[in-house]
Amino acid sequence: MPSKSQILWMYEAMEKARYYEDTMAAVYMEGKYPKFDIGAGTVPGEMHLAAGQEPCAAGVCVHLRADDAVTATHRPHHVAIAKGVDLKKMTAEIFGKAAGLAGGRGGHMHLLDPAVNFTCSGIIAEGTSPAVGAALAAKLKGSDAVAVSYLGDGAANQGGFHEAMNLAALWKLPVIFVIEDNGWGISVSKAKSTSVADNSVRAAGYGIPGAHVADNDTLKLFDVAEAAVARARRGEGPTLIEVETYRYYGHFQGDPELYRPKGEVAALKAKDPIRRLRDAAIADGTITVAEADAALARAKAEVDEAFAFARAAAEPAPEDALTAVFA
Amino acid sequence: MSSNRILPVSRAISEAIAQEMRADPSVFVMGEDIGTYGGIFGATAGLLDEFGETRVRDTPISETGFIGAGVGAAMSGMRPIVELMFVDFFGVCMDSIYNLAAKNTYFSGGNCKVPMVIMTATGGGYSDAGQHSQTLHGTFAHLPGLKVVAPSNAYDAKGLMTTAIRDDSPVIFMFHKGLQGLAWMASPDAAATVVPEDAYEIPFGQAKVVREGKDVTIITLSMMVHRALAAAEALAKEGIDAEVVDLRTIVPLDRETILISVAKTGRLIVVDEDYKSFGVTGEIIATVAEHDPSCLKAPPRRLAVPDVPIPYSRVMERFVLPNADTIADAARATLR
Repeated sequence: MPSKSQILWMYEAMEKARYYEDTMAAVYMEGKYPKFDIGAGTVPGEMHLAAGQEPCAAGVCVHLRADDAVTATHRPHHVAIAKGVDLKKMTAEIFGKAAGLAGGRGGHMHLLDPAVNFTCSGIIAEGTSPAVGAALAAKLKGSDAVAVSYLGDGAANQGGFHEAMNLAALWKLPVIFVIEDNGWGISVSKAKSTSVADNSVRAAGYGIPGAHVADNDTLKLFDVAEAAVARARRGEGPTLIEVETYRYYGHFQGDPELYRPKGEVAALKAKDPIRRLRDAAIADGTITVAEADAALARAKAEVDEAFAFARAAAEPAPEDALTAVFA
Repeated sequence: MSSNRILPVSRAISEAIAQEMRADPSVFVMGEDIGTYGGIFGATAGLLDEFGETRVRDTPISETGFIGAGVGAAMSGMRPIVELMFVDFFGVCMDSIYNLAAKNTYFSGGNCKVPMVIMTATGGGYSDAGQHSQTLHGTFAHLPGLKVVAPSNAYDAKGLMTTAIRDDSPVIFMFHKGLQGLAWMASPDAAATVVPEDAYEIPFGQAKVVREGKDVTIITLSMMVHRALAAAEALAKEGIDAEVVDLRTIVPLDRETILISVAKTGRLIVVDEDYKSFGVTGEIIATVAEHDPSCLKAPPRRLAVPDVPIPYSRVMERFVLPNADTIADAARATLR
């Protein structure tokens, strides 16, 4: 069971991520109309938002230290926030500004912050093997640091993921694979893409523990992740966790979502995981309304400050494109 | 329907596929989001409704699996069209492409064929950063055994896709996202063209002189054809008469048309949205140099991405991609 401070930490991280995504959704549309143009506006390019998936980030990262590595997906903001990526630099990066994490070279799918051992990338399941490598490095260095690899349910059908699981299991490496099962690989449902209903059973194929967390349950995930991280730190090897989570927005902003059953998102929002956590923690007396409201206010202020910073930041010089190719 | 109907590139591609599927039951399509969604870039729109899930197969996100399966199906009497959503994703599945599809005909002394089309989206210009904006023309063209197609407009896209499906060798069909005519991405008006309703082929290895001129030759392909034509218009106002050649296919490469044009103008600009070094631009200049360097009155110039990953930031991406201004500047420089 999480302590009071852990509950508050998770709640604040989740509210921060939610407010971040909702703010980004609005900012992203600036300058995209009258005719929607993905390349136009304040924030150009593809935009994959994670509203609804906050438990996956907070419920795992609450157990992590700065020296633990995380590899996240093309939908990375909530995990980056929970891992402690510098919010101002991250937002400036997404705005393509010189003050961004990569000076505007990488953008929203390529947020790399070595200060907290966070990376993400745009190819499906691409972070699974690098997480194994981070875990191997920790082991070779005699550290008890762990690595967490996030992937979507769609990514669980990539060959590279299975190679990564075998390698991690074979070498008993401190890796936690976290599948964020939002039910969709763009337009293809999990049922139409995956030979098993529950990806956690695939752990058996590699002789490692597999855990399933139903219905975006932050507290259940907290417990499961706590055990997995502890096992990894003890040197007992990897764990696979699948979390049933929610995708409130489309695959990308501008996705017409014609494939999506009517009412699905509304039904998911009716059991929003952030409100569930808040209400439960207040109801059982763990936190007060005032404490929750203060956390929410802090979260929003930090996000607002990050967006203001990004907006005011300078554009990179065009010729900066030519630098940072090699170390 | 009017015989002068204008189609966007995406519709021209899907129409070519539909017509070949009607004519040949061995043709089928598979890939990510190509069914219900109709392809993220619209290249398979309407196919699921007409042909059903047996022949229009949404796949898991498993490029190694389904592109390898495409090779096996092609060698077993089928003619698969497999979509690799973004060309940038080839890293996941390249082994099947370049070690099997490209080589099995050779490994069998010509006794096996791999009649497979891998169609894939290329190109940047909309801030999708370094894993979703590449063209990689040269990467695929470098590997023996693959035919590589990159149309600039709807008419060519339909004819080249029809040829690709009927070809007994593997074809990499590269369509540029920014030419597809999507509702959510800007596209040059000239990419949508009149497209005949009946099926037709455009033979591979036939470049097209899309603008005749006598002063300087601009060789290019795909999106950059439109940038080159805009540059040629600007140059015309200054009295410079540029010839623009659309390669249409990289492999096979129409070296003859290149040589004829350069022999006429004596000046050569090559424009490619791919990385500069070791690619299409160098190959074309080498073609001229090997044939007759004396036909050049000035050093040839090439415009391409200056050997850096495609940057995300709009100002940096614009800096690395060739555009009408930089092409026109290069042409002026060769005439100085």
